[in-house]
Amino acid sequence: MKFGILVNEGPYTHQASDSAYLFVKAAIDQGHEIFRVFFYHDGVNNGTRLATPPQDDRHIPNRWSELAKEHNIDLVLCVAAAQRRGMVDADEMKRNKKDADNIAENFRISGLGQLIEAGIQADRLITFGD
Amino acid sequence: MEEETQSGVIKKFLYVNRRAPHGTIYAHEALEVVLIGAAFEQDVSMAFIDDGVFQLKKDQNTDGIDTKNFSKTFSALEMYDVEKLYVEKESLDERGIKEDDLAVDVKVISSSEMKKLITESEVILNF
Repeated sequence: MKFGILVNEGPYTHQASDSAYLFVKAAIDQGHEIFRVFFYHDGVNNGTRLATPPQDDRHIPNRWSELAKEHNIDLVLCVAAAQRRGMVDADEMKRNKKDADNIAENFRISGLGQLIEAGIQADRLITFGD
Repeated sequence: MEEETQSGVIKKFLYVNRRAPHGTIYAHEALEVVLIGAAFEQDVSMAFIDDGVFQLKKDQNTDGIDTKNFSKTFSALEMYDVEKLYVEKESLDERGIKEDDLAVDVKVISSSEMKKLITESEVILNF
């Protein structure tokens, strides 16, 4: 089955990102396809490359980056939600004249159309959040 | 705007709004999804249940809390061909809200009809 995934909450505060990660891993292990993981609301904060959690804890953004690299998963942060919350890639840095970018590897920033497309193209769109 | 899918697939989208409008950002950002989603020419419905019915109250004024009064956007949805707005009767009744208190034309349906609407939808975005 082809899954679209929506993550609506930030890392550590809420289990949404953990549950989504574990779901995606389990789905891939069982031979399913992940069309896209879309991060919305505070979920965009999962894409920061500046997080430094304690060493005895999981590194949520890195874990997503590594999974995406290993299985070629499309990780998309919503641009409107990202702009509000200070999540910036190199293009957005230039466009909005910021002095830094902070996006982790294998994440990209794009529009809400990518979420709608996931709804249309995937067999199931699964939401993680409240 | 980014590339749109011209796949010709039309699915039944349902946006479920469950939260009050101004205490969290969910309602505001949900509306942004609806507006962008309108360009994809899908079969769109919106549902308002629980505190979500407060989103549609007319004469909202956010001056005192310094947040954006996005409630005016609901009146513009028609221009985006988003015309199927369903409000759960039980949620209105529990909160003492009448249909006349709402800013836009809606269809008030019972909780069991709402259940049917949700069951029959294909892509549910829940805010």
